[in-house]
Amino acid sequence: MGKPQVPAVEGWFTLPGDGTAVLTGTRCTGSGTYFFPPERVMSRAPGFPDSELEEVELSTSGTLWSFTDAQYQPPEPYIPVTDPYVPFALAAVLLEKEQLVVMGQVVAGVGVADLQVGMEMTLVADTLYEDDESEDVMWKWQPVAGGTEAQS
Amino acid sequence: MSVEQVAILGAGMHPWGKWGRNFVEYGVAAARDALADSGVEWQDVQFVAGADTMRNGYPGYVAGATFAQALGWTGVPVTSAYGACASGAMAIEAARQRILAGLCEVALVVGADTTPKGFLKPNSGDRQDDPDWLRFRLLGATNPTYFALYAQRRMSLYGATQDDFAAVKVKNARHGLNNPYARFRKEVTAADVDASPMVANPLRLLDICATSDGGAAVVLASMDFAKRHLEKTGGSLSNLVRIAAVSTVTPTFPNTVIEMPNFATDSAAGLPVPDRTFKQAIGAAAYEQAGIGPEDVDVAEVYDLSTALELDWYEDLGFCEQGQAESMLRAGDTTLGGRLPVNPSGGLACFGEAVPAQAIAQVCELTWQLRGTAEGRQAEGARVGITANQGLFGHGSAVLLTK
Repeated sequence: MGKPQVPAVEGWFTLPGDGTAVLTGTRCTGSGTYFFPPERVMSRAPGFPDSELEEVELSTSGTLWSFTDAQYQPPEPYIPVTDPYVPFALAAVLLEKEQLVVMGQVVAGVGVADLQVGMEMTLVADTLYEDDESEDVMWKWQPVAGGTEAQS
Repeated sequence: MSVEQVAILGAGMHPWGKWGRNFVEYGVAAARDALADSGVEWQDVQFVAGADTMRNGYPGYVAGATFAQALGWTGVPVTSAYGACASGAMAIEAARQRILAGLCEVALVVGADTTPKGFLKPNSGDRQDDPDWLRFRLLGATNPTYFALYAQRRMSLYGATQDDFAAVKVKNARHGLNNPYARFRKEVTAADVDASPMVANPLRLLDICATSDGGAAVVLASMDFAKRHLEKTGGSLSNLVRIAAVSTVTPTFPNTVIEMPNFATDSAAGLPVPDRTFKQAIGAAAYEQAGIGPEDVDVAEVYDLSTALELDWYEDLGFCEQGQAESMLRAGDTTLGGRLPVNPSGGLACFGEAVPAQAIAQVCELTWQLRGTAEGRQAEGARVGITANQGLFGHGSAVLLTK
């Protein structure tokens, strides 16, 4: 602790400092489509090559589209957080307004038994790994406390 | 529309396994088998298309030339194709185009791979702008992660069970028992699948395909050349297997299904979602090109990277309605002896994936199936077959064969 917290990837999300993470997307003003990770060169919406891309904050919660876990330690360049390895869950979450699905790890302590397609999930900031100089932080998904029941 | 057909004069494979030898050796063995099967001499081949491997250094990136050199330089023009798991179909398409354009009459297509142990992982180095590198670094998302997301989705939407997934493995293991090219040739029970370690919930180790060494090759020819050749060799024109279509489509925006190695889908907030998903479009493009529909298909080789993924293909290739794949499986329709046997070779369940060779191997298997020479695993009376697979970064692959 005490080390500066930095996003593990530049320009994809911000850390408001309250434990949450906010994804940074871009919006094609011509077609109204969103991009995450943010497109910055040109809109990928066919027919809108010259459309302006405006930077936007994406919704911070959505509904669970699907989920799984990693029972084995992923290979490099994954950086193990604990020794021995502790499995973690992964989620793909549909953002309602943007109509796009975003993947993320699920916070520690939440396993597949706690997850159900359709449940509400929210974004938090969590340590991905630490080195001597800084703590690299990622967005992770967490079920909304007392979350809504699955609706699928 | 209906495109002119191209003949498959020969098919050959090197057995799949974990042999640990140079990939060129497997490719050469497969090529020599395919040439011998066709009765065409290497010196008479007018074009070589190689499917690339990314894990074997420079010779792997220039597979077409690598195989041509190994077989003995003849001055033959070459190309090398890469489309991840779809590389083989891309190489077949390159040869087919060359033939249909009238630039050559007979071509050799070869793919081979030597794979490392364990999870497929990205090439090394610090590559912050490569999504395939970033997904491992930032998410710890392996290939099975994505297969499992689809499998879980089937369970939630259609009531699929882990028993259904296991039944796919049991079926494919039985299909592959007598296939001399398959790596795993033994019966697997549902209890075996259930007892195998969980990898990515709900998928267990035996639900997920291994990685293998292997090589596959086909000799393609124009129909004119094939007719002349068969006259000379006394071969049967009525039993000549032909390629009626090759599909190498990419997704249409917005693609609303999460695809390896992406972090997110496209957004459907702005533009309308296409009528077909990417995987549905892969088969549809092949059917349209050939003027043949899914109702005409007798046998199929589909990419069972996971057991659950095979079920997705039943629907995406139009063999049944969305959500009906489990019923089709449970009814035995896709088992040898059923209405539409799927993966009579044993599929990836029995082979394990040798990336650049696999799509070509699918075509080899269907060639033998349509000829009626797939001993011990024959789909009786099959006249039309389709292969399907999908390579990461948006590569569709399907080959439609008839005789």
